[in-house]
Amino acid sequence: MRLAVTCLALLACIATASAETLVTSLSNHRVLINSNYTGTSIALFGAIERDAQTISRGTGYEAVVTVRGPKQYLVVREKERLGPVWLNLEQQKFPNAPAYLSVLTSRPISEITSDQLRQRQKIGLKAIINAPDFTNDRQGADEPFRQALLRLRRQDGLYIEDDRAVTFLTPAIFRASIPLPATAPPGNYDVEVTLLADTVILTRSFTHFELVKTGFEQRVGEAARDSAWIYGLATAALALLFGWIANVIFRRD
Amino acid sequence: MQIYLPIAEMPVSVLLILGMGAAVGFISGLFGIGGGFLMTPLLIFLGIPPAVAVATQSAQIVASSTTSVLNALRRNALDFKLGGVLVAGGFVGSALGVWFFAAARRAGQLDLVIVVSYVTLFTVVGSLMLKESVREFWTKRRGGVIRVKRQAGEHAPYLFWPLRTRFHRSKLYASIIPIVGFALFVGFVGALLGIGGGFIMVPALLYIFRVPTSVVVGTSQFQIVCTTLVSLILHAVANQAVDIVLAMLLIVGGVFGAQFGARAGRNLRAEVFRFLLAILLLAVGLRFALELIVTPNELFSIATQETRT
Repeated sequence: MRLAVTCLALLACIATASAETLVTSLSNHRVLINSNYTGTSIALFGAIERDAQTISRGTGYEAVVTVRGPKQYLVVREKERLGPVWLNLEQQKFPNAPAYLSVLTSRPISEITSDQLRQRQKIGLKAIINAPDFTNDRQGADEPFRQALLRLRRQDGLYIEDDRAVTFLTPAIFRASIPLPATAPPGNYDVEVTLLADTVILTRSFTHFELVKTGFEQRVGEAARDSAWIYGLATAALALLFGWIANVIFRRD
Repeated sequence: MQIYLPIAEMPVSVLLILGMGAAVGFISGLFGIGGGFLMTPLLIFLGIPPAVAVATQSAQIVASSTTSVLNALRRNALDFKLGGVLVAGGFVGSALGVWFFAAARRAGQLDLVIVVSYVTLFTVVGSLMLKESVREFWTKRRGGVIRVKRQAGEHAPYLFWPLRTRFHRSKLYASIIPIVGFALFVGFVGALLGIGGGFIMVPALLYIFRVPTSVVVGTSQFQIVCTTLVSLILHAVANQAVDIVLAMLLIVGGVFGAQFGARAGRNLRAEVFRFLLAILLLAVGLRFALELIVTPNELFSIATQETRT
């Protein structure tokens, strides 16, 4: 019975979604980190196709691009005054926070979506951070920690909300530029594109890219992880060697 | 010029890191200390993950201390016997420190333990040294007689405990028990705070054991090389947090700085040397005290426990 309901719901989804289809493409699915990497940006192209039965919409299309980086286990701590000193007392755990999160649109997100839609569909930084499953609920005590996480990550340039990053080239073709700061960690990045018209979600499209170390950086990372003893001994030997060389170079007598 | 650090996973400016290595190396060479307590906060300030900062700067300490040890060796200013006793006691102390570190973390009070230890150690050691050197200056100015060290009957009673051993280079004939006990304490604090402990070792050898200034630096550096080598390898194996690119940059800057520091140190009068070290320690202690007392700009902080790629 449950299965049948799910099937029906799925069919209904497909039926409504089939009016418009969204085709997206990334400029790069494998971003390489080499020794002079200082961050980069990736271009995303999207085309909206409408089938013959669908009438053209009065208002134009809007696209929201959400990019989520590798998951991290974070602990946010709050300093409080205890007597004369400030100590970390309260803390809140975020077991599944993305290391990088950006929400890119062509207009301010409040103009193209309704409050309820944003909350329900987790669109926009605030909605994602405030989602009930983002951290454990503590009857409001978790609220300042969510806000602190958002504020600190925004300061570091790792959580981004940009309402000018999506450009419509024609009413049905758009381009978005996904900024990747140098501190965004290597790993898998999921890209979710949501197509809207008149504050209603028409369809969604998913793609992903990976940020990987190459060449020397990759080999160093692998050596440190897979042959830790050799790596540690080699670093120690190098340190001793450099100390000895310096002694020889600067010997005056 | 920027370079990407493969383990810290972020780019840094090459010149900035070289400069930092040189500056800390200079101080390290000047005073015969490791300089870890200066380098670690600087690296964390640049945004390098704390685990990587603590682990990697130990490679620089190994390199700059090796240079100092070799220099001391040529000038015959190293007491291997005393150094060996300090190293042995230091290893046992380190093991105890690592155990206490884990216990404090389980109790959730590691941050507090670390900051309070920093404040206490640096202000106490710094004030004691400052008091001593101010008195020294004062006596000299009034034309008073400078107390000659090592007169008969002037030795502290703990030096007469059993197991008395002669340390020729240090002109020291003392019981081994207080020396090992002291090395144990330095190792314990070093492991707890992630520092070499040279800044406790140097004043203690000077004031408690009355080892000549020329021998103190070499011997302290010898102890630092041995302890830090072990902790560098353990950090690489246990935490995989040693960044070899960052280490090389710090080392290259550090060895040059240490050379000039050591040379400058040789031209310093002993009381000026002690006065400057006292000021440095007090400044660091006060900085940590301020961190504890002053209302912070940002009450919240994020700690990354794990990244799943």
